[in-house]
Amino acid sequence: MSDTSTIVRTVLEEHGRLAVPVTGLDDATDLYAAGLTSHASVNVMLALEDAFDVEFPERLLKKATFGSLGAIVEAVDEIRVDA
Amino acid sequence: MTSTATLTPLVGVDLVRVQDVADSVERFGSRYLDRLFTAAEQADCAGGPGVQAERLAARFAAKEAALKVLRPEGARPAWTSIEVVRHESGACDLRLTGTAADLAAAAGITALAVSLTHEHDHAAAAVVALRTGTGNPDDLLGDLRRAASGALPAPPRKDQQ
Repeated sequence: MSDTSTIVRTVLEEHGRLAVPVTGLDDATDLYAAGLTSHASVNVMLALEDAFDVEFPERLLKKATFGSLGAIVEAVDEIRVDA
Repeated sequence: MTSTATLTPLVGVDLVRVQDVADSVERFGSRYLDRLFTAAEQADCAGGPGVQAERLAARFAAKEAALKVLRPEGARPAWTSIEVVRHESGACDLRLTGTAADLAAAAGITALAVSLTHEHDHAAAAVVALRTGTGNPDDLLGDLRRAASGALPAPPRKDQQ
């Protein structure tokens, strides 16, 4: 598991308010089906920005970006490359 | 050819836990507030922590309800481009700017109305929009389907125009 993935999982556990533990989720699990709300996804985004010292650009503010652990990791990696 | 103008109602609703908003304000402070709410919205929501969280939660619900009407296919517009404007009477309207305004224009949305409500635990909002049909085949097909389901009066046939 990459460092990015580990941090994303920690952030999601703390801010995602999911109905199930993050440890039981794989990278493709639908986070909205797991209980992620639109408001909680904002908290996840802000916490990720703190953790990685980045800012999510408007083009990544779409539902799919926070749809799974894998999608979040992909978005964070993309932002870090662009930074 | 005579174009057929139709009005299609669109509705979006959203529900937010007030405590979630209060927690976010405490955890992220101005970063959270400035990312989601315009300066005018933040001023409208001023008050004690409980009252502020209720008002902010209602406005966040309004922004999400508006998104359900705007239906962006790609990136969503910035939260601040969907603004709840509070009048002296207490009535509220929506003001769209930037990408949100572009989405509404592209969708043919010509009128928007919003209603907010909040209590100690939860806040909710409903947004109603009217979309003016362009007369193109996709719009007409959608209107015909809705008319068939009873949601709209049937559009006039060509020989009635």
